[in-house]
Amino acid sequence: MTALAHLGGTPPTTPAAPAPDRRRRHRLLPYLLLLPGAAWLLVFFALPLLQLAAASLYDPAGSLSTGYAMTWAVGNYPDALQAYWPQFLRSFLYSAIALVLALLMGYPLAYAIAQKAGRWKNLLLVAVVAPMFTSFLVRTLAWKTILSDNGALVGLLRDVHLLGPDGRLLATPVAVVLGLTYNFLPFLVLPLYASLERLDPRLLEAASDLYANPLRAFGRVTLPLSMPGLIAGTLLFFIPATGDYINAELLGTPNEYMIGNVIDSAFLVRLDYPQGAALSFLLMAAILAIVFTYLRRAGTEEVL
Amino acid sequence: MRRWLADRWVMGVALLVLGYLTLPILVVAGLSFNRPSSRLSYDFNEFTLDNWARPCATADMCDAVVRSMEIGLIATVVSTVLGTLMAFALVRHGFRGRSGINGLIFLPMATPELVMGTSLLALFVAAGVPQGFWTIVIAHVMFCVSFVVVTVKARLAGMDRRLEEAAMDLYASEWQTFRRITLPLVLPGIVAAALLAFSLSFDDFIITNFNAGTTVTFPMYVWGAAQRGIPPQVNVIGTAMFVIALLLVGASSLRGRRARRAALAVLATPAGKP
Repeated sequence: MTALAHLGGTPPTTPAAPAPDRRRRHRLLPYLLLLPGAAWLLVFFALPLLQLAAASLYDPAGSLSTGYAMTWAVGNYPDALQAYWPQFLRSFLYSAIALVLALLMGYPLAYAIAQKAGRWKNLLLVAVVAPMFTSFLVRTLAWKTILSDNGALVGLLRDVHLLGPDGRLLATPVAVVLGLTYNFLPFLVLPLYASLERLDPRLLEAASDLYANPLRAFGRVTLPLSMPGLIAGTLLFFIPATGDYINAELLGTPNEYMIGNVIDSAFLVRLDYPQGAALSFLLMAAILAIVFTYLRRAGTEEVL
Repeated sequence: MRRWLADRWVMGVALLVLGYLTLPILVVAGLSFNRPSSRLSYDFNEFTLDNWARPCATADMCDAVVRSMEIGLIATVVSTVLGTLMAFALVRHGFRGRSGINGLIFLPMATPELVMGTSLLALFVAAGVPQGFWTIVIAHVMFCVSFVVVTVKARLAGMDRRLEEAAMDLYASEWQTFRRITLPLVLPGIVAAALLAFSLSFDDFIITNFNAGTTVTFPMYVWGAAQRGIPPQVNVIGTAMFVIALLLVGASSLRGRRARRAALAVLATPAGKP
């Protein structure tokens, strides 16, 4: 069996085993239930991806008003990459730094809520998702106030000479990375919490009875057992963070622009569809490549 | 002693991180009472209640909020129906092509929003569909469906099938069983999915930005205003959204707790006594 056939339609792996007499009557029912949703996803998710692939190969000499000719212009890809590789690299660099920061903050947070919070558990969980209760853009703009040149934070950092007298936070890479970390941290914390919540504290007691110091117990018990949540959380953080351009636009300057800013302007300002499509596909391919390498190295499939 | 210290250390870090997550919300709430010194200033200037007294002083903004609500409601209804049907098929039925369907549901959640937005734009342009209100609705239904499926599926999978079997044993018809047993039990999952879909739709910027044409939703309004200067009423909307969501969560957790207490009371009552 080819890999493709495997993706398409193998017999169900886990049939829900309805009672035998009902099964016959219901043979068509699952397809009817699936039809509207699946059709919507095929037409408005899968088909557009094909159209995007086609658009990335259009003749770059065309324009939106005169129409594009399909010339299988594979050269769009190297051309786009050559023009915008700094923004491309920056996307991955910023989201990687933000991911490391988010792990340093998110792991203790998830652990504390799952294992130490007791009756405050639900309240703390609400606090984790609370930022998502309000508008993404409005709370990102709030960082403009927090990091403002006249704000308390910059004043404090200048006083302790962590920033020079004219030093700024806003409109620097620091602001963009902080914004990315902030905006996507809950996506990392929630699956991590779900994994850590199932961790039996008696396993840690057993490790300590067997003379493991806390660090060793963490490395040999807690960390491996939280792996599924760690992997899911990392992906849920990394995928949207890499494709984000709101933080770079609102908290940075064109010097901090990520690939999303370039794609946004290619489609909506410069109206260069072939280039925008090629960049979109390169972004998706790069993210997928990283995700699959990561999943393979992490050696688990239960996340998906 | 060391254990005590280790516990407090983790909790301390956790609270600091929660502070980092909460700070911007406090700032938004604070700024909703601010009279900015100029249109482009983001700093605190002067306390005022004007923004709350006249939230629609900027008419464009309130139009955008209303439009976002309309889009959110339509997208929520459609995606909740489509997703719930799919969840039932996935949990309750065996059928061919399950892995393909699972892939189709999973992929939109793993694809960067940016790529979904640009690809839909490419499709609408190629098909000559003018962009506006309805293309936004189509896009929102598309990315909400998967989240609805996952949420309802989780609720369905955790359900005790024996309750339905008991109903059927007591001569309930299939429809009666569905109406009286299955639906009430799944309903909390469907409501949760609908709330999630609404909040995803209401707050979406990236996909909307590529498919809105000249239609302005609330996030689109904020994005545009960020270049020209943000009216302080934006923070009123942000704060109000937060308070409403918080009340909803509080109400649902109270209801859950009361239901659990009632159930425990029933179980604790010796059989035969009321």
